[in-house]
Amino acid sequence: MLKYTLKRLSYMVVTLWIIATVTFFLMHLLPGTPLKNEEKLPEHIKEQIMEKYGLNDPLPVQYLNFMGGLVQGDLGASYTQDGREVSGMIAEGFPVSAFIGGQAVVFGSIVGLLLGLIAALKRGTWMDNLSTMIAVFGISIPNFVLGALLAYFVGVKWGILPVALWESYASSIMPSFALALVVVAIISRYIRTEMVEVLDAEYMKTAKAKGLPRRTVVFRHALRNALIPAITILGPLTVNIITGSLVIEQIFALPGIGEYFVKSIVNNDYTMITGITIFYSILIVSVIFIVDILYGIIDPRIRLSGAKE
Amino acid sequence: MTKVLDVKDLHVSFNTFNGEVQAVRGVTFDVTKGETVAIVGESGCGKSVTSQTIMRLIPNPPGFIKEGQIVFEGQDLAQYSEKQMEKVRGNDIAMIFQDPMTSLNPTMTVGRQITEGLIQHQNMSKQEAHEKAIEMLRLVGIPSPESRIKQYPHQFSGGMRQRAMIAIALACQPKLLIADEPTTALDVTIQAQIIDLMKDLQNKIDTSIILITHDLGVVADIADRVVVMYAGKVIETGKLDEIFYQPKHPYTWGLLASMPRLDQDDNTELLPIPGSPPNLLNPPPGCPFAARCPHAMKVCTEQMPETTEVSTTHQVACWLDHPLAPDVKPPAGAVRGE
Repeated sequence: MLKYTLKRLSYMVVTLWIIATVTFFLMHLLPGTPLKNEEKLPEHIKEQIMEKYGLNDPLPVQYLNFMGGLVQGDLGASYTQDGREVSGMIAEGFPVSAFIGGQAVVFGSIVGLLLGLIAALKRGTWMDNLSTMIAVFGISIPNFVLGALLAYFVGVKWGILPVALWESYASSIMPSFALALVVVAIISRYIRTEMVEVLDAEYMKTAKAKGLPRRTVVFRHALRNALIPAITILGPLTVNIITGSLVIEQIFALPGIGEYFVKSIVNNDYTMITGITIFYSILIVSVIFIVDILYGIIDPRIRLSGAKE
Repeated sequence: MTKVLDVKDLHVSFNTFNGEVQAVRGVTFDVTKGETVAIVGESGCGKSVTSQTIMRLIPNPPGFIKEGQIVFEGQDLAQYSEKQMEKVRGNDIAMIFQDPMTSLNPTMTVGRQITEGLIQHQNMSKQEAHEKAIEMLRLVGIPSPESRIKQYPHQFSGGMRQRAMIAIALACQPKLLIADEPTTALDVTIQAQIIDLMKDLQNKIDTSIILITHDLGVVADIADRVVVMYAGKVIETGKLDEIFYQPKHPYTWGLLASMPRLDQDDNTELLPIPGSPPNLLNPPPGCPFAARCPHAMKVCTEQMPETTEVSTTHQVACWLDHPLAPDVKPPAGAVRGE
């Protein structure tokens, strides 16, 4: 298991290095420079600014400086927000984004799991149909539509929850819910399909033939095997939530990380773009890493094939 | 001789979109203590459904017991509730399935799969169950059981998995073991080992066995009595020797003639049984084998023959056994020399 973990971990580092490099060079291919009102600036001032931020160095030198800073966790200063460090801005916005997203993933997975389980066990009943309906809604309604509808009805018309801004826990409910619905939908479908298949597996008959109560058969023998595909999809789903939160944060005017990201691209804010891209990449790669580890814990076949001598 | 199991006129059907499929249509047989009864017949004859019905493992719906009794130690299992059955399954009656590659849970250690039945039925602590599981693995011939017990099924070979299945099944020392084609998915050398193991353990823990198979070689090796099924009915039943040396039913002849033999010269061809079994959605009114039977008479297609006694232990359901029927000799390939 340790070998498997280390192997995954080294893949992760390589992936991040590639992402950082590609982002760095791609960004320098963007038209324009980070300077605002470039054409109005006197030549010598422009020269000074370029010098200050090291933009006059040859590209390989810039790259090395950038990688050097990255290794130390220094993402550089923002070009457009005076005197602010990119890492500081991420540290400020991320807790909000993480809370909304994390809450959505946890809530979505639990509800999706229950819904899928009930649908599989009560196949063909109204409960099964209801869960299918919820799933269809969840997949087909984009989260920004749901977010806007929620904000209008629950927030404005009925005044149950705060419409926008980040004031109390109540502020997080609607955005999280808007993000969670798709998780509920996808997880419940996966669990249902997989449960139906696992319940028909031969080893279910073995478990039943041992005289185990139905509860034990379902939870101990079936669920664990049915979880494997759902866990696989949890990785991409989390990524989905992270990107989805960019929009949702705008709708609910939340002080999350999303706004910085959108603005930085418009403004050619090199350090901000690379900073946030790398930060998101770390997040996503970590999620995939965690999923891989979970995978190994749940399915012994994967764990062992990864650790072959 | 005490009867462990007495199945009386069992009917099992499945509701499908096309109507009711009568998979088992009046099966009667019994199993006495310490005995091995083989149920033979081709695919779809109802032998697996019969065995799974005894364990009440047929999913309901669509399957249901239409009629009949399954008397196990004086109690009719057909009337048992699911809760009552949980106490019987694994404890009094255990089962081994056909494919050891798929009948063990891939995400659970072999040890856990053995101990959970013990903990469930015998009130053992985890520690006691663990020791018992090691003992069971040793008993079924798995080397170094102390380390094997922590492994997962995918680390076991096919033959070892079937041994582990046997260990699971026999852990609680059941009074009846149902083996549903336990050797079909294994290669020939392993088959022999598994059959020997079952014989050996039967003596050690004194259990009765119902062996479901279509392999007459396996039957000859282990069975005391044979029940021949065809299209959901028992068409002949008798002691091993009676079935092999004095078979009465043309279907049994066909089965025996289609089995390769060492005492035959090389040129004798194996005789397949032409045709296929009837559709059990609409079973024929007469003998189900009539359409494929080379000796079929008019009465065979019209009326199901009564079961008649050839001897006290040997019964057959065939019109040829009727005093008015012509005298028909079994084909040469079906007769075993004494």
